[in-house]
Amino acid sequence: MTTLAPVMDRSIASRLVRSTADQRRARTDRMMRGFSLAAAIACVIPLAAVIIFVTINGLGGLNLDLLTKPPRALGTGGGAASAILGSLQMIPLATLVAVPVGVLGAVYVAEFSGRRSADAIRFAADVLVGIPSILVGIFVFTFLVLPFKQFNAFAGSMALALLMVPVIMRTTEEILRLVPGTLREASLALGIPMWRTVLSVVLRTGLTGILTGVMLAVARAFGETAPLLFTALGSRLVNVGDFAKPMDALPIFIYVNARQPYPVLNQQAWGAALLLLIVVLTINILVRARSWGRRAA
Amino acid sequence: MITPVTKRLVVLGLLAAVGATACSGAATPSPSSAAPSVTAPSDAASSGAPASAPASAVTAPAPASASLTLQGAGATFPAPLYQTWFEAFNGKYSNIQIDYQANGSGAGIKAITEGTVDFGASDAAMKDDEIAKLPAGSKIVHIPTALGAVVIIFNLPGVTDLNLDAANVAGIYLGTIKKWNDPAIAANNGGATLPDKDILVVHRSDGSGTTNAFTTYLDTVSPDWHSKVGKGKEVNWPTGVGAQGNDGVAGGVKQTEGAVGYVELNYATTASLTSAKLKNADGQFVAGSTDGVTAAAEAAASGFPADFRQAPIINGAGATTYPIASYTYLLAYLDQKDADKGKTFVAFAYWALTDGQATETSLGYAPLPAAIQQKSIDELHTFTSGGSPIWP
Amino acid sequence: MAAPSAAPRRLTSRSGGLPDRLFRSASGLAAIGVTLLIIAIGVMLALNSTEAFGKFGLGFITNTVWDPVAEVFGALPYIVGTLLSSAIALVIAAPIGILTAIFLAELAPRRLSIPLTFLIELLAAIPSVVFGLWGVFVLSPFLGSTVDPFLIRILGWIPIFAGPSYGIGLFSAGIILAIMILPTIVAISREVISSVPDSQREAMAALGATRWEIVRRAVLPFARSGIIGAVILGLGRALGETMAVTMVIGNAQDLPTSIFDQSQTIASKIATTFNEASIGIQTSSLIALGFILLVITIGLNVLARLLVRRVTAGERRT
Repeated sequence: MTTLAPVMDRSIASRLVRSTADQRRARTDRMMRGFSLAAAIACVIPLAAVIIFVTINGLGGLNLDLLTKPPRALGTGGGAASAILGSLQMIPLATLVAVPVGVLGAVYVAEFSGRRSADAIRFAADVLVGIPSILVGIFVFTFLVLPFKQFNAFAGSMALALLMVPVIMRTTEEILRLVPGTLREASLALGIPMWRTVLSVVLRTGLTGILTGVMLAVARAFGETAPLLFTALGSRLVNVGDFAKPMDALPIFIYVNARQPYPVLNQQAWGAALLLLIVVLTINILVRARSWGRRAA
Repeated sequence: MITPVTKRLVVLGLLAAVGATACSGAATPSPSSAAPSVTAPSDAASSGAPASAPASAVTAPAPASASLTLQGAGATFPAPLYQTWFEAFNGKYSNIQIDYQANGSGAGIKAITEGTVDFGASDAAMKDDEIAKLPAGSKIVHIPTALGAVVIIFNLPGVTDLNLDAANVAGIYLGTIKKWNDPAIAANNGGATLPDKDILVVHRSDGSGTTNAFTTYLDTVSPDWHSKVGKGKEVNWPTGVGAQGNDGVAGGVKQTEGAVGYVELNYATTASLTSAKLKNADGQFVAGSTDGVTAAAEAAASGFPADFRQAPIINGAGATTYPIASYTYLLAYLDQKDADKGKTFVAFAYWALTDGQATETSLGYAPLPAAIQQKSIDELHTFTSGGSPIWP
Repeated sequence: MAAPSAAPRRLTSRSGGLPDRLFRSASGLAAIGVTLLIIAIGVMLALNSTEAFGKFGLGFITNTVWDPVAEVFGALPYIVGTLLSSAIALVIAAPIGILTAIFLAELAPRRLSIPLTFLIELLAAIPSVVFGLWGVFVLSPFLGSTVDPFLIRILGWIPIFAGPSYGIGLFSAGIILAIMILPTIVAISREVISSVPDSQREAMAALGATRWEIVRRAVLPFARSGIIGAVILGLGRALGETMAVTMVIGNAQDLPTSIFDQSQTIASKIATTFNEASIGIQTSSLIALGFILLVITIGLNVLARLLVRRVTAGERRT
């Protein structure tokens, strides 16, 4: 193999040396391919380990009791009904608040703003995504818990919403940029006012992509614990509808029961973790599989 | 004066009659029937059989009739007991739910001071500087509900019996005794060979009444501890890792070989953890038990302070006395802002001081000595709402 | 994040009817709100930390005592715990993550790279508290009984690797953090590597380079700052991670001296103590801790994104 590769081949320009050098290069190539393959596999092993162990330990705990009963004293039984109902209430409320704000913000960046402000807003959203969620919890605590001297589920929902907004905004904006400008122009040319154009034409075109972003944000919100610790606080009682009071949530339930000395409660923590994992992974798989399918096509 | 025995018999008779009728009644109990005696509250359930009827003994207070949730927070020490009580009380009055955050005595005192809960719970009575932080003009009432033992739990596979004296415990927690096979420990155990394992010290990371009791013990028995660390709900631990709550300590010890910790007796038994026998003032090695605590409490009952702020009972006299015993309190404002909530709280407190006492022993807590129980019930009469008494 | 596409034409509101103006204002409000949010969080944290910084000054950062009774608070053990656990995570995750990204972007056949990328994205979806649960009951005991004693036997003569190990502690937290930041490093490194123009690769290929040589000489030098950005983003994520770390780091108050020690991070300290801290100097100290964390994470985030942008937006690099 003729080569002009700079590194090797210092000595006699003999075929033998070149082929040794070539062998070395081929060896290095194979070695690095092997290392990087090993690295890729090393990334997947923890995924398998977590899924396997949560499934094994959680199957025993994931039963009807866990889903329907509230916590009982002394680890004598009970379940995660308070937590499941809590999550099922706080997350829809958070989504209800986060989606309009996130989508509208994305619309502004994609449709109305100048280049500089678009960059700035996008940058801000990216940085927001990286803020530790516990600090968001402190932030919401100061405004929605402290003045009322009451931990409440509404504050919990707002904390979750704050975490979801930047994610939704960024993904929506990416989708909106993919919508061809010709669609907009055609709509405007037909005399449709701008707000209608954006809502009915642009957003509708990007709807699937936007939903993807929303679902991913929802999946993230399901698993968030830290911001809820200072806002919704958690509860052993089933709370349906009272957002002015503390409310339990699945991740809080797992956190609290993980450190209990009662094996029954540890078992419930595993069961709840399995439930949470199923929900989160299902959403992620469905959403990503669709976009993968489209990308591969 | 009618003797307590006669009083009890009369009340039992009344209860039996009323119980038969009210038992089949509706879920929301009717207010208790008026009875002449106003200053002599009933003393039911000492026989151990709690009345299934609503507390319609002579002048027992009833909770509000509307649906209500009381919010409480505080000590993990009595949490298993309280949670059992809340469930039983809800069984009795299905319209009343009580939510309790077991986040430590410190958090409980903080919560009631800031008014974020309806009642607090703490094993450590409020200190003077904590009382000074209360809103101006307000007063907190300490209601003792139970007593518990602070036991030393450990995780040493194969070792089921362990004797420790005060110096051992102090040494372990000071970090001077680092291994289980230390000669100082072996000396108390007939020279038995204990494993050559490092001791992992587990203590509380949050403000804890259990810590208060435990450190009061160490402060009393060890001059070293007294000068270096001191006592309180939170201290500067010389060594070890922190866990949150009694449950966190129990869990931490359970999950780590070689670990040692201190918890209320209930946590040791329900979590199937071995606990050590401590040498008491009489020189006997006693295991943590409700009897040992009762003995300590009875011995100290005469010195019970008027404001109910009793310090942990350390090294009480007696052959069977357990050396670390602590009262645990409910904390509530003397003047309740919400009349319904105040009413419900008084009703619950009364139930806890009477019917509730019967369930304590089986859960690893000791019932209040009769004299203290009476004082506490008397205390309930002082609660007011908007100036007028809740339970006259 | 997907690679940036062509910017759409900006809509101008010449029609200017009221609904249009309202719509534009509403969306502008949302966008500004999001931007101002960071500032709001920063300001709020700063304001509430003034009591602590006022009392302790910059000594707050170097003090090792956290004494609620004497009301003296210092942040050093938590800063050290945060940095150490994140350092362990980076040492493990950066090489593996970068190599994986190279594999997925350059070396792997499509049949392999698509499912692998998918699986690694799934890893990012696992909630922190589930990692924590797994860490407490599966990983830490495993480490404590198998890996740690082995490491202590070999490396224990170096102070930072000294035993004993009880399973939970900095090392366990570091490993879980490594697992959690891997997807971040992989995804962004991959994006960065993909955005290096093909002309470089084609030139090297024409010279007869092996695939690894192409990567090493044509791709990596250009992607380098972006990859560093990816690693920094991973670090940022590790610093702020709360639940998994709180559950396995062991909750000790002292300055750690070995990676097998128990410790605390800023996030875990806030998580465990905030609700029961008394309003006043203690809460202010906790918020001051949070402020320090915010400054570090935002700083790193900004730096990282600038580095990444330089590569992905860099047509000028050719």
